[in-house]
Amino acid sequence: MKPMKKSLLTAAVATAFAVSGAQAAGISDDKVKIGVLADMGGVYSDICGKGCVTAVEMAVEDFGGTVLGKPIEIVSADDQNKADIGSAKVREWVESEGVDAVNGLVASSVTGAVTKVLTDNKKIALISTSASHAFTTKACSPYNAHWTYNVVALANGTVKPMLDAGKKKWFFITADYAFGHALEKVATGVINSNGGEVVGAVRAPLGTTDFSSYVLQAQSSGADVVALANAGADFVNSLKTAAEFGLTETADVAGLLVFTHNAKALDPNIAGGMKLTTGFYWDMDDETRAWSKRFKERHGTIPAMGQAGAYSMTMHYLNAIKEAGTDDADAVMAVMKKNKPNDFFARNAELRADGRMVHDMYQVRIKKADERSNEDDIFAIEQVIPGDVAFGPMMDQCNFTAKK
Amino acid sequence: MKISKSAVALVALGLVAPFVLYPVFVMKVLCFALFACAFNLLLGYVGLLSFGHAAFLGTGGYITGYMMMEAGLTPELGILCGTGAAAALGAVYGKLAVKREGIYFAMVTLALAQLAFFVYLQAPFTGGEDGMQGVPRGHLFGLIDLSDNMNMYYFVFAIFLFGFWVVNRTIHSPFGQILKAIRENEPRAISLGYNVNDYKWAAFVISSALAGLAGSTKTLVFQLASLTDAHWHMSGEVVLMTLLGGMGTIFGPIVGAGAVVTIQNYLSGGELGNYIHIIMGLIFVICVLAFRSGIVGEFQKFMKKNFS
Repeated sequence: MKPMKKSLLTAAVATAFAVSGAQAAGISDDKVKIGVLADMGGVYSDICGKGCVTAVEMAVEDFGGTVLGKPIEIVSADDQNKADIGSAKVREWVESEGVDAVNGLVASSVTGAVTKVLTDNKKIALISTSASHAFTTKACSPYNAHWTYNVVALANGTVKPMLDAGKKKWFFITADYAFGHALEKVATGVINSNGGEVVGAVRAPLGTTDFSSYVLQAQSSGADVVALANAGADFVNSLKTAAEFGLTETADVAGLLVFTHNAKALDPNIAGGMKLTTGFYWDMDDETRAWSKRFKERHGTIPAMGQAGAYSMTMHYLNAIKEAGTDDADAVMAVMKKNKPNDFFARNAELRADGRMVHDMYQVRIKKADERSNEDDIFAIEQVIPGDVAFGPMMDQCNFTAKK
Repeated sequence: MKISKSAVALVALGLVAPFVLYPVFVMKVLCFALFACAFNLLLGYVGLLSFGHAAFLGTGGYITGYMMMEAGLTPELGILCGTGAAAALGAVYGKLAVKREGIYFAMVTLALAQLAFFVYLQAPFTGGEDGMQGVPRGHLFGLIDLSDNMNMYYFVFAIFLFGFWVVNRTIHSPFGQILKAIRENEPRAISLGYNVNDYKWAAFVISSALAGLAGSTKTLVFQLASLTDAHWHMSGEVVLMTLLGGMGTIFGPIVGAGAVVTIQNYLSGGELGNYIHIIMGLIFVICVLAFRSGIVGEFQKFMKKNFS
C-alpha cells in the first residue's frame, strides 16, 4: 500500500490530473464526511458555533452536495471548550465514523488536543477560529490548515501601523493566562523590532470586573497607546473602564483581539474610533456583502471572521478532493497547498507549506455613532495589510513540502 | 455473597465492553467511575463532603503528564508518580481540612482546591488554559504498546479493578468499620477512644490517592491534562455522579459515573447540546427530590422490599 500511496501523492502534485491513480485510491468508505467541532453554547458560541456549521453547510450545498460522485456529509458536536471532550469526540469520529476532516475548532486548548488526534490518524484539521499561532509553529503538523487569523497577524496588523504613525510608547493590560501572555509577547516583539518601546504592563486575572487600578497605572505611564491583550468580557470591561477614566481621550486604546460581535455589543460612544485587526469584514465589497447576506438570512446575524473562514476552507478542501481524485489526506493537502484559495474571503491568499493560510488582513476602525447607517455597520476599513506582512515568515522545521 | 456475585458480573461486563462499545468511551467511564468511587469512600462511608476533589484528579493528571513528557518515564511509573503526588497533596490538604466539620470542611477543601487550580493555571509546565498536550501513551513496562486502544483498555480496566478493590477492602476492614462509626456518631466514636481526626485523615489520603490514580489514568487515555480536571466544576460533577448512582453503596458511583458520562457524551453530539447544563441541573434536582438514595440505593431498597 505504502509505495502506491507515495506514487499517488507525487502524481497528484506533479500533474494534478492523475486520473488512473486517483481512481485507484478514490473516496474512502464512499463518502466525504466533515466534522464541525466548536463551542455551541458557551462563551465562544457567537464567534463560530452553530454559525460555523451553517457556513460549512452552505459550502457543501454550493459545491453541489457531492464530490467525485460521492455524497458529502456533515456531523457536528459541541466541545464545551473542554479539550478532553473535544479530543474524545474527534477520536470517535475518525476511528469509528469515517470522518475525513474536522472544521470549526475554536478554543486553542481544544484545537491543540484535536490536531494531535487528527495527525496521529492522518486526517485534516481545518482550523477556523483559534488564535494561537502554535498550530503552524511549535505544534505544526502536515495535516493542519489554519485559516482566518492568528495572534501574530493580530499583533502585526494592529501594532505596526500605529508604530508607523509615530505611536512609540506602549502599555499593556494583559489577561493573566497563556493566551494573554502569548499575545503580549508577540506584540512586544513587533514593538521592539520596529523602534517602539514598552513602558509598562499589568496582568489582570481572567474575569476581572474592576479594571480601574490597571487603567490608572496605564494612564500614569505616559504611554501613547494602551494595548488590551485580552478578549471577550475582559476586553469589554477594560475598555469601558478606560473610557470612564478618560484614558481614551489622552491615549489610543488598541484591542488586540476583537470580534465583530464584541464591537457590535459595545456602545459606539465608548468604542468608536478604536482600531483593530480582523481577517474579514462583511461590508467590504460586493462579494463579501453577497455572501454575508445569504449567511444572515440563514443564521440571523452577520458572519464572524471564523464563520466566513469556515466556508472558505471547506470550499478549498472540497475543490482539492475533486482535483486530487481522492480524499486521502496527504494527496488532498498537497493540492490545497499547491492551489491558491481565492474567494470572497481569501484575497491574495495561499496555503503555505507550514499550513498557515496567508491572506490579506484588514486594519479597521470602529465607527462612531453618527457614522453608522444600520446596526451591522460597525467597521470602517482603514488599511489592507498584505498577508506576508501580517503573518510573518515561516519556521523552517514546519516546511513540510520541502521535507518530501 | 451478593457483592461477590455482582463483582463477577462487573468483571465480565468490563471484559466484553470494548467489543460492544467504543473503547475510549468505556475508558472514560472507568476513569470517572474510579474517581467517583474514591469520592464515595469519603462521602458515603465517613460522611465527609469534600468539595475539592478535582485538585487531586488534576494533580494526578498533570504530574503523570509531566513525568512522561519531560522525564520520559514508562506509563506505570508515570501513573505511580501522579498518584503519589496526589496522595502527598491529599495528606497536606486533609490535615488542614479534617479539623473542621460539615459545611466548613467542604469550604476548606474548596478553598484549598482553588489554590491548586490557580497554581495549575499559572505554572509554566501546565501550559495554562491550553493544557498539557500530546502526552505519549508509551509502552507498559517498556513492552506493551499502549497506543493500541485495546491494550490501553485492558490496562485501564486493571487499574480500575485495583482501585475498586482498594475501596472495597477499606470499607470492609476494621478500619472501615470505625469510619462508618464516625459517620454515624462522631462523639460516640471519640468517647470510645478513637482518634477521630487521624481516621478521617487516613481516609482522606486514600481517597485523594485514588482520585489521583483516576486522573493519571485519564491523562494517559486522552493524552492530555487540562484545567477542566482541576476546575471546581469537576468537584461538583463527582458529587452528582455519586449522588445519582447512590451514595454509600459500593456500585453506586460506577453506575452514576456511567450515567453522567453517557449523558454528556450523548448531549454533546445532539441538538440538545446547548442545554447540557440545564439538563444536568434538572437531573440533579430530580435526584435529590425524588430518589435520594440514588439509582443503586433505590434498586437495593426495591429488591429488599420485594424479594427478601
